[in-house]
Amino acid sequence: MNRTSKILRYVSRRLLQGIPIILAIIVLNFFLLNLAEGDAVDVLAGEAGSATPEYMDQLRAKFGLDKPLPVQLLVYLKNVVTLDLGYSFRHDMPVSKLIVDRFWPTLLLMVSTIILAVGFGILLGLLAAVSLNTWKDAIITVFALITYATPLFWVGLMMIVVFSLNFGWFPTSGMENIAAFHEGFDRVKDIAHHLVLPTITLSLFYLALYTRMMRASMLEQYGLDYVVTARAKGLTERRITFVHVLRNALLPVVTMAGVQVGALIGGSVIVESVFAWPGLGMLAFESLFARDLNLLLGIFLLSSALVVAVNLIVDVIYSFLDPRIEIG
Amino acid sequence: MIKHLLSINNLSILLPEGADRKCAIENVNLTLSAGETLCVVGESGSGKSLTAKAIMGLLPAPHVRVGSGSINFGTEDLVQVSYERLRQIRGSEISMIFQEPMTALNPVMSIGNQIDEIFRYHASMAKLERQGKAIQLLKDVKLPDPKQIMNTFPHELSGGQRQRAMIAMALALSPKILIADEPTTALDVTTQAQILKLIKEMQSTYNSGVLFITHDFGVVADIADRVAVMQEGLIVESGTVNQVLNQPSHPYTKSLIAAVPSLTPRAPRKKSDESVIRVNRLNKVFGGEKSFFGFGKSKRIVNAVQNVSLDLFQGETLGIVGESGSGKSTLARCIIRLMDYDDGDVSINGTNISKMGRAEMRPFRAKMQMVFQDPFASLNPRIKIGNIIAQGPLIQGKSKSEAEERARELLSIVGLDSKAYDRYPHEFSGGQRQRIGIARALALKPEVLVADEPVSALDVSIQAQILKLLDDIRRQMNLSMVFITHDLRVAAQVCDRIVVMRYGKIVEVGTTAEIFGNPTHDYSKELLSAVPGKGWENKNSASLR
Repeated sequence: MNRTSKILRYVSRRLLQGIPIILAIIVLNFFLLNLAEGDAVDVLAGEAGSATPEYMDQLRAKFGLDKPLPVQLLVYLKNVVTLDLGYSFRHDMPVSKLIVDRFWPTLLLMVSTIILAVGFGILLGLLAAVSLNTWKDAIITVFALITYATPLFWVGLMMIVVFSLNFGWFPTSGMENIAAFHEGFDRVKDIAHHLVLPTITLSLFYLALYTRMMRASMLEQYGLDYVVTARAKGLTERRITFVHVLRNALLPVVTMAGVQVGALIGGSVIVESVFAWPGLGMLAFESLFARDLNLLLGIFLLSSALVVAVNLIVDVIYSFLDPRIEIG
Repeated sequence: MIKHLLSINNLSILLPEGADRKCAIENVNLTLSAGETLCVVGESGSGKSLTAKAIMGLLPAPHVRVGSGSINFGTEDLVQVSYERLRQIRGSEISMIFQEPMTALNPVMSIGNQIDEIFRYHASMAKLERQGKAIQLLKDVKLPDPKQIMNTFPHELSGGQRQRAMIAMALALSPKILIADEPTTALDVTTQAQILKLIKEMQSTYNSGVLFITHDFGVVADIADRVAVMQEGLIVESGTVNQVLNQPSHPYTKSLIAAVPSLTPRAPRKKSDESVIRVNRLNKVFGGEKSFFGFGKSKRIVNAVQNVSLDLFQGETLGIVGESGSGKSTLARCIIRLMDYDDGDVSINGTNISKMGRAEMRPFRAKMQMVFQDPFASLNPRIKIGNIIAQGPLIQGKSKSEAEERARELLSIVGLDSKAYDRYPHEFSGGQRQRIGIARALALKPEVLVADEPVSALDVSIQAQILKLLDDIRRQMNLSMVFITHDLRVAAQVCDRIVVMRYGKIVEVGTTAEIFGNPTHDYSKELLSAVPGKGWENKNSASLR
């Protein structure tokens, strides 16, 4: 069997295995969310100021909330299988449309954050390890420590204060200037302009993590026997660092990055709030308070599917980076 | 005076402050000529590896550095030359092979690329020419299917093949000097014999000088022209191989050589017919279970132990010998049920223990105890020695004071100070830890002791002491012992009967005298003929009685 078909076989097997995992997550989430007091009707009634019990019962019957929990779950599962994620009464829109609308901003933020954090993390870690115990190393280490320890929301606020309010370089919030009605390339430029601050804010924390990890990983690899062999072969230090050590040192960082992509979707709630970024995190946050369970479950479903998919992608990448890992 | 390839003059290497001695090596003088093999012998910590690394400029700077002296290579002093010149010399004029070929090769780079690098950084050649040369090298070191090997990664080769690839790499540019730092220590004995032969052949082809570092006097006897013996950073004796091995003058050399176990089996003892442990058609398979959902890959199956039957008689020492992967450790673990097996029976004193549950098994656990190979990994670093030893009796229902008393008594039996009771494992040396491991095993007054390579991690002088201790204890306590080893010299001195294993099967069983004097199976013959230094037999060699 050649490598490509091996990988295809592996991917399809992993995808099949992902189905029961995602189903289990749905069931678990469903019961967890129903543990909380109150439902969407309570919130709607509360906001209306007054509602008779009869009217509330009527609403519950309309939303299907009067049925026993297991029945509600089965109905939900049946709908999910037919790719129908239900209807958000709060937003008066189908859940799938809501989620897709909000998914792209989150994905944009997530991807740019990961690229920035992993890319610079690897670079800084590498630089720190190469110039171990020098001023460069000290500065990078202290920088990593500070950004690691600073709360995200504070960094976000300070970014706005300094770069938006004082210097006026970047917009304070939102994803694009809606009033300007940009089209085509202008719109891309506008969105990119809005993207800068949230991305930097969110990256800083992860950047610190990857920097520290990369530095430690490089130093560990430097101590291994094959580096002595490489020196004994008369290779240059440049070759040893960039060809021998770097590739081995990347392995744990890639693993870590894979795990964190999933976490980033949830972690962006704070940054999305601070910068009013219209992403999934904000949507989840709002729907939690509105007891909009359909919407919340839909978001969770998407996140879990993403985590499963990203893990699979990382495993495949890993098998290319490390020939010792056999796929199949 | 003959012109030497390499001469080391009054070389001292400084250790960082706070180390247990000031200098790793002190005033070392060595010379090496073309076509000559110089063996540097010593125990761990004697500074032999650092001497080799100093020649290549590979000392772990800045903590460990050359203090004084010179290393003259041709007209240059390797201590003084520029970094760039040193880099040029490394790999092209002086090259090095290491002990553990698995870790010494980059795990994520193909063998072909790793060889190619040497040409790229030392010679200007076209890509095709480099490739052709690399394939020729792999052919020279007798690797099968060299073209295929070019694209493989280190983990896909066996230990011996990896070391061959390392040698190919080291010889790529026909260096004047080859430094070999314990190159066969991690290999099986038959592979070791092949690698030693290969090094000899390569040396005569290129007429290079070989600096061979080893702790094994058998290997020295096989390949050395001249020998230097090191002890705690000093060269205590040097001379031709005949002088040093057969007429050692320094007491340390004498004691080292005396500690090498003799290949002549010890005198047979009276044998009992009473079987303590009987193993009947034991089978153990690793892997093979269906993966999740049943439609995945079929897992690799290893038949670790196949249809093994044997008896352990009262009071005897039964040796299980074989190379790595032969299933000897698995068999031992199955016998004392540290591991469940698929098929077969084990009885102790006639009671079948194969199907017993945990609680039922407990009284039988006390009868069979184990001593492990690695004295560092087998003691819990967070538990005091006294508690390590007393734990067993406590679990078996002894009172606290009884267990403590027993532990103290055992410490004195294995020759440790009673102060050891309240100390932690890291405060002890390898040999002392192995004594603790033995005390732990004896705490339950076992009838059977299973020793899994108990001395293979130890220096030869410590090894002799531990073997003597085990033998004394076996005699005093009337123990029956299963002794697993890959070292036939040790087996000859310790065992009454020997089982030879290969690929999970027993290929031959016999008394020690039979196996050593008149082996019948081809594999036993092969093993025996591969023992290093069999031509050299010292009168002072260690014999346990």
